[in-house]
Amino acid sequence: MSNAENIQDAPVADIDLRQEFNEVGIGEVLEQLDRELIGLAPVKTRIREIASLLLIERIRQRMGLTAETPTLHMSFTGNPGTGKTTVALRIASILHKLGFVRRGHVVSVTRDELVGQYIGHTAPKTKEILKKAMGGVLFIDEAYYLYRPDNERDYGQEAIEILLQVMESQRDDLVVILAGYGDRMDKFFASNPGFRSRVAHHIDFPDYGDDELLSIAELMLKEQSYRFTPQAKEAFVRYIALRKAQPLFSNARSIRNALDRIRLRQANRLVADLDRIVTVDDIQSIEASDVLASRVFSKSPASEGGS
Amino acid sequence: MRITQGCFSFLPDLTDEQIKKQIQYCLQNDWAVNIEFTDDPHPRNTYWEMWGLPMFDLRDAAGIMMELAECRKVYGDRYIRINAFDSSHGWESVRISFIVNRPKNEPGFRLARQEVDGRNLRYTTVSYATDRPEGQRYSGA
Repeated sequence: MSNAENIQDAPVADIDLRQEFNEVGIGEVLEQLDRELIGLAPVKTRIREIASLLLIERIRQRMGLTAETPTLHMSFTGNPGTGKTTVALRIASILHKLGFVRRGHVVSVTRDELVGQYIGHTAPKTKEILKKAMGGVLFIDEAYYLYRPDNERDYGQEAIEILLQVMESQRDDLVVILAGYGDRMDKFFASNPGFRSRVAHHIDFPDYGDDELLSIAELMLKEQSYRFTPQAKEAFVRYIALRKAQPLFSNARSIRNALDRIRLRQANRLVADLDRIVTVDDIQSIEASDVLASRVFSKSPASEGGS
Repeated sequence: MRITQGCFSFLPDLTDEQIKKQIQYCLQNDWAVNIEFTDDPHPRNTYWEMWGLPMFDLRDAAGIMMELAECRKVYGDRYIRINAFDSSHGWESVRISFIVNRPKNEPGFRLARQEVDGRNLRYTTVSYATDRPEGQRYSGA
């Protein structure tokens, strides 16, 4: 926190809160969060709270009041495809703007990158990742895999010990975000109480509703310069309802995959008829037939997957 | 006798804060930083022992300072230096190298004369420290 140190030598008496807020530029990040992430109301509220706390903490430092670096390690729990990774990226940029991490990059890892295969292999591996994450955010996806209760010789425990040590002693240097599915993370925290107490913010990501999934689909299409025709939109509403009932539904990720396949079918439909002139409108619009060709509509709800 | 090798060696020893800033400068230039140590201070001893592998893809100096702290814990009585390697085309060599740790007591060098070929003499410098076996050179003094 070099900027905080520079300021600290001259304590100030009063600070214009709005000016400070604008100067830091978290307003933009929060707005972007609202704009680009649909739903997730509890997550957004929590991030706003954290951002406010950090802003006040920053002001306290400038005023020369006691301000100890807040513990910023977080845990994100939620079902697949609820936006945990995306939010982690945003958090990194908020923390960077407020000066609580120096570089604001995110190092995203899973068990494979932390835990070695042989004895003595884990510590150097974990340390290397920690060194890369210094000054930024370390995002550990599916963190519960680190701990394997069925195998007491598992090297995951070694990685956990090193992580805990660095999380405690180098709080100024990096922020650790653990992510994973709710129930398994609960078990993970229950068997590693050290983690639970070192993680200050537990944020739960709720599943998306049908209308939210539709908005997400439309946003994704808009980013890729596509759009639904009114009939296609209607068909997609039905698609969401059917797909949700099927197994292995993973929220926004399933929607993304569905859209990829719909684009494939749209392209195929266009190419099928070569003897005509296509307009920009043709290229952009997705017809109901593209959506309705999906396997989700034809098969019984019990069938696996879904294209 | 204080040995002067690499950058900054004619300046007072760098503080940790200064070392950190130098390392950050290296990282911002995309140089790979590594830590080396030795207890043979001879100026022609260019190959020091490596402390771990060179560190690639780091963004912040804190990671290297962590390694340096660990190296000092083990080899605090030896010379430790930091090198930064520039891999970009045309350079492909060490761009900066500076000592970050030295023994408390540096005994210096003596001049050794070797008589060769009749009345000829060859001169060389020998560190007093290397009279003792490796690993014990600075621990006692």
